[in-house]
Amino acid sequence: MCLGIPGEVVEFLPDQADLARVDVSGVRRVINIGLLADDRPEPGEWVLIHVGFALSKIDESEAAAALQFLEGIGQAYADELAALAESRIE
Amino acid sequence: MRFVDEFRSAEKARALAARITELCEPGRQYKLMEVCGGHTHTIYKHGLEDYLPEAITLVHGPGCPVCVIPMGRVDDAIHLASQPDTIMTSFGDMMRVPGSHGSFFDAKANGTDIRMVYSPLDSLKIARQNPGKRVVFMAIGFETTTPSTAMTVLRAKAEGLENFSVFCNHVTIIPAIKAILDSPDLRLDGFIGPGHVSTVIGCRPYEFIAAGYGKPVVVAGFEPLDILQSIYMLMRQLSEGRSEVENQYTRVVPWDGNLAALTAINQVMELRPYFEWRGLGFITHSAMRLRDGFRAFDAEALFEVPGVRVADPKACQCGEVLKGVLKPWECKVFGTACTPETPIGTCMVSPEGACAAYYNYGRMNRHRVVEVEVSRP
Repeated sequence: MCLGIPGEVVEFLPDQADLARVDVSGVRRVINIGLLADDRPEPGEWVLIHVGFALSKIDESEAAAALQFLEGIGQAYADELAALAESRIE
Repeated sequence: MRFVDEFRSAEKARALAARITELCEPGRQYKLMEVCGGHTHTIYKHGLEDYLPEAITLVHGPGCPVCVIPMGRVDDAIHLASQPDTIMTSFGDMMRVPGSHGSFFDAKANGTDIRMVYSPLDSLKIARQNPGKRVVFMAIGFETTTPSTAMTVLRAKAEGLENFSVFCNHVTIIPAIKAILDSPDLRLDGFIGPGHVSTVIGCRPYEFIAAGYGKPVVVAGFEPLDILQSIYMLMRQLSEGRSEVENQYTRVVPWDGNLAALTAINQVMELRPYFEWRGLGFITHSAMRLRDGFRAFDAEALFEVPGVRVADPKACQCGEVLKGVLKPWECKVFGTACTPETPIGTCMVSPEGACAAYYNYGRMNRHRVVEVEVSRP
């Protein structure tokens, strides 16, 4: 739950300004980007996601480092990713 | 992936450790607290204590949101979940936390409708799909998750959802740090500040620690070298007689935090007069509740909440572990009666809990430390 997981913004949802589809380790889900309204991420940019909300923008190399780190910590990340895969934010 | 390796390299770690050792004053012992459970996890996963000179002890702090929830709140939540036509939603981390009559998992096995969600926004969807049921979201977490709950409540209000509410257990990190600073049990020399909480609150809220208590704070990232670099920055401050707030994790944490997140929290929530923390007792102004304008979404306003205070099991020493007074393996039941599969205390439940981190990685390290000590001339 406290793990921040990096995701790449894929696209915005057409009729919902604060929702975006992201790719996290191959899992594509919708998250809320309303907390970055002041510095809105563009498709192709990376964000750090906590419980379905993008909390900060990060650069791609930081994202790669964080992802590899998370994959290394094992079960906690696997659980977080499984939870994300179950998520259906709309 | 060269960039990644830069955060991992054992060579770099040893170089940093050597510089840290140079900064140690002969004969002086240093106690540095890592506030955040995510840092505890990294420290044990990578055996960082093995790199550090003996003069430096890392003390684990209270920054594990699941760990600090008192048993009575778990009982209250299960009571809410057991009401007719009610669905409770919760993060997975919370499911195994023991209350006095079992955990959410136990309640679920007995037929109570408790569902795991990834995001509070998933609870909204469950509420929309179940108009005949009352959906209560078990909200926990420090400032990292608080804005998500606030945004979800704002969304529910905007949609006019009438069957969604929040059982708010959000806590704030600063009063917990202050309680530890004021505690006579422990003398700390500095703090490794939490990374992701600081994404929201920024670095300024820690200034009282540096200015008022004369202790340095370095906000740190989660990679092994981030933590070693933060320890180096703390030691440099101590050796130069400085106490300041520094940000090692600048690539993620803005000095002023996330203003939109702080605004959302402030719009929806206010500080409670006091809140009970597991192991730390009642701390004033240390947790959030929903403002009066959001009573329609506040489970504590909509339901009767028993609010019975439950003492921790006698054998459990999570309190001492959360304050950093005891190392996890010094607890009487660690690894015997209390394991991640059958936790007695909260610190063994969450992957961020100090006991779970030790259990999963640390016991081996302890042997290693003992061996190293034995083999020293």
